Amino acid sequence: MEKQYIELYKAHHQLIKQNSAAIINRSRDAAFAKFESMGFPSTKHENYRYTDLKPMFSLDYGLNFRRLNFPVNPYQTFQCDVPEIYSYQFFVVNDSFYPPKKKHNGSLPEGVIICGLKEASEKYPELVTQYYGKLTAPQNDALITFNEAFAQDGFFMYVPENVHMDKPVQLVNIMRSDVDLLANSRNLIIIEKGAKAQLLVCDHAMDDVNFVANRVSEVFVGENAVYENYKLENTHNKTANLSTVLIDQKESSDTLTNLITLNNGISRNNIEVEMNGEKCEAELCGMMVGGGQQQIDNHTTIKHNKPNCHSNELFKYVLDDVSKGAFTGRIFVEKDAQQTWAYQLNRNILLSKKAKVRTRPQLEIYADDVKCSHGATTGQIDEQALFYMRTRGISLPEARLLLMYAFAADVIENIRIPSLANRMKMLVEKRLRGELGMHEGCTLCMH
Amino acid sequence: MLEIKNLHVSIDGKEILKGLSLTVKPGETHAIMGPNGSGKSTLASTIVGNPAFEVTSGSITFEGKNLLEKDPEERANEGIFLSFQYPVEIPGVSMVNFMRTAINEQRKYRKLPPMSASDFLRFMREKKALVDMDNKLTNRSVNEGFSGGEKKKNEIFQMAMLEPKLAILDETDSGLDIDALRIVANGVNKLKTPEKSTILITHYQRLLEYIVPDYVHVLHDGKIVKSGTKELALELETKGYDWLK
Ligand SMILES: Nc1ncnc2c1ncn2[C@@H]1O[C@H](COP(=O)(O)OP(=O)(O)OP(=O)(O)O)[C@@H](O)[C@H]1O
Ligand SMILES: [Mg+2]
Repeated sequence: MEKQYIELYKAHHQLIKQNSAAIINRSRDAAFAKFESMGFPSTKHENYRYTDLKPMFSLDYGLNFRRLNFPVNPYQTFQCDVPEIYSYQFFVVNDSFYPPKKKHNGSLPEGVIICGLKEASEKYPELVTQYYGKLTAPQNDALITFNEAFAQDGFFMYVPENVHMDKPVQLVNIMRSDVDLLANSRNLIIIEKGAKAQLLVCDHAMDDVNFVANRVSEVFVGENAVYENYKLENTHNKTANLSTVLIDQKESSDTLTNLITLNNGISRNNIEVEMNGEKCEAELCGMMVGGGQQQIDNHTTIKHNKPNCHSNELFKYVLDDVSKGAFTGRIFVEKDAQQTWAYQLNRNILLSKKAKVRTRPQLEIYADDVKCSHGATTGQIDEQALFYMRTRGISLPEARLLLMYAFAADVIENIRIPSLANRMKMLVEKRLRGELGMHEGCTLCMH
Repeated sequence: MLEIKNLHVSIDGKEILKGLSLTVKPGETHAIMGPNGSGKSTLASTIVGNPAFEVTSGSITFEGKNLLEKDPEERANEGIFLSFQYPVEIPGVSMVNFMRTAINEQRKYRKLPPMSASDFLRFMREKKALVDMDNKLTNRSVNEGFSGGEKKKNEIFQMAMLEPKLAILDETDSGLDIDALRIVANGVNKLKTPEKSTILITHYQRLLEYIVPDYVHVLHDGKIVKSGTKELALELETKGYDWLK
């Protein structure tokens, strides 16, 4: 199955390179060689026990090496219905950055750069060279390697020292194709010392074909910087959404990663947060709603490399029908990382007998002065609470919904943008009521 | 109004109510007393339709309708209310949201449009005053972290909101301090109309001084072993239950 990609690369690597940029090409051949020798992992691999990559990569997908433009006008496709939220809005269609309309976004704060990664590599080579591939290099992961071999473009965001973004940035990832399509997009996000930024990523799939999105993001958060990263996934049952986010935190920085999945096919989030300075804060949370045959695998790693850092993880799943969830929470506390606080909680509600969830906390602690805890609960809806509500005249379905809304509430409360929190609450509740369609467009668009 | 005939109820195969009969007419107040474990809460739970309890024989009708074939929410919307001996905590569900949903479900059942937000808030304010319910409590999740007495007060507040035809108060008096007992009892009395009925489950004569029952029944080992008027409660207070066994 790897063979088709190996042959594809050998036949087209010139074309891939011609349509990308020098900096991105630099590590391409080496990445390919690595992929050629390692291939895709099977479910025997420790990190991929709950996501089987082989079947999803075995279809005959199109890849758009020539960077042909797909006929889509995202500004028309995705119209906003939340006028009270404003953002700088950008689109990546499959794996190509879609040039924004100036008047649509107004001008960005002084010094801030947001563009395609290919364009950034050409216009700001020193900046991109300084960061590109630095977090992926030590990794040994097939999806990252595969991405590095094939990715040509993606999203680039640079917020210079001490600049506080006045509005959130919204990145809408749209999958759009008439034939089965595989896209490898590559993102680079640099938040310098003292800067502040909020990024909302919306993942969507437009057409009724099979999609594989293999996205890799490297995120650099400087000293005292604050970075909030929200992701709303509302794709469809033929989408395999594979996302790797690697975050590097410097001293006293603060990050929030909040993931919400409402509709999807197979999703895999590989999130790694590395605290490379003292006094960092990292919050990582997710609300996953699954039904039908949805599969959602969150694989998280938090590395406490320095003292006095705090991390807090909260992942919740509500799974119905034959949907499957998995949560892996790896926490490493290095020898010198004294006064670490690391908390992790995974709570799940299974609404059907056939829904399944797997939880794996993996803590490796080498320091002695730490506060760490982890917990996982999986259960059904609280019968006593249901009965109590029913004795007040609340129907069984309505009582269930109230309990599920309550279950999702603390993940939504972690959203630090109030208007976004309201919107997410509304969407999650709509999904739990079974009223949010898979093909519904970006109901979060902010203009 | 409520007619229970020869009721047998089991849980996990163990029979708890063993042929209980009781008739409550509109406007009447009945007190049910009896030793711990005699089946008082089981009776209350069965009337409101707790699915954990299995009715093996007998019947319960409410205003002529067979209650046993109705879901708990239908029974509630028909006008039956239980103030729980042990109210349930529901973290994450706010009191306001809970009550608004309950009121609107009841209105839907009665084919009325939902109550507007402002009407609802006004209505809630009025009912809170009736039982002297603190704002701090109604701003929290249902019963979460409420003290024992606060939970009981909250039950009566919900009763005030839902205006049932038949209220069953299961040991609402236990856990209340002297002032709270008076306030709650006054609230119950104020809600009373000539058509509304009450079943009071209690261990103590004190409550019956505030809410005077028309009848007092003694439940023992799943059956009513004695019925009388309010004087029976006084007699029980001095003599205990042993003489009835
Ligand atoms: N869920 C249950 N599972 C098993 N046994 C139960 C259950 N609920 C009640 N019982 C049993 O049924 C009997 C009657 O209980 P019930 O709660 O009705 O008593 P009660 O008269 O209300 O007592 P108290 O005065 O202490 O409140 C008791 O022996 C109790 O242990
Ligand atoms: Mg009892």
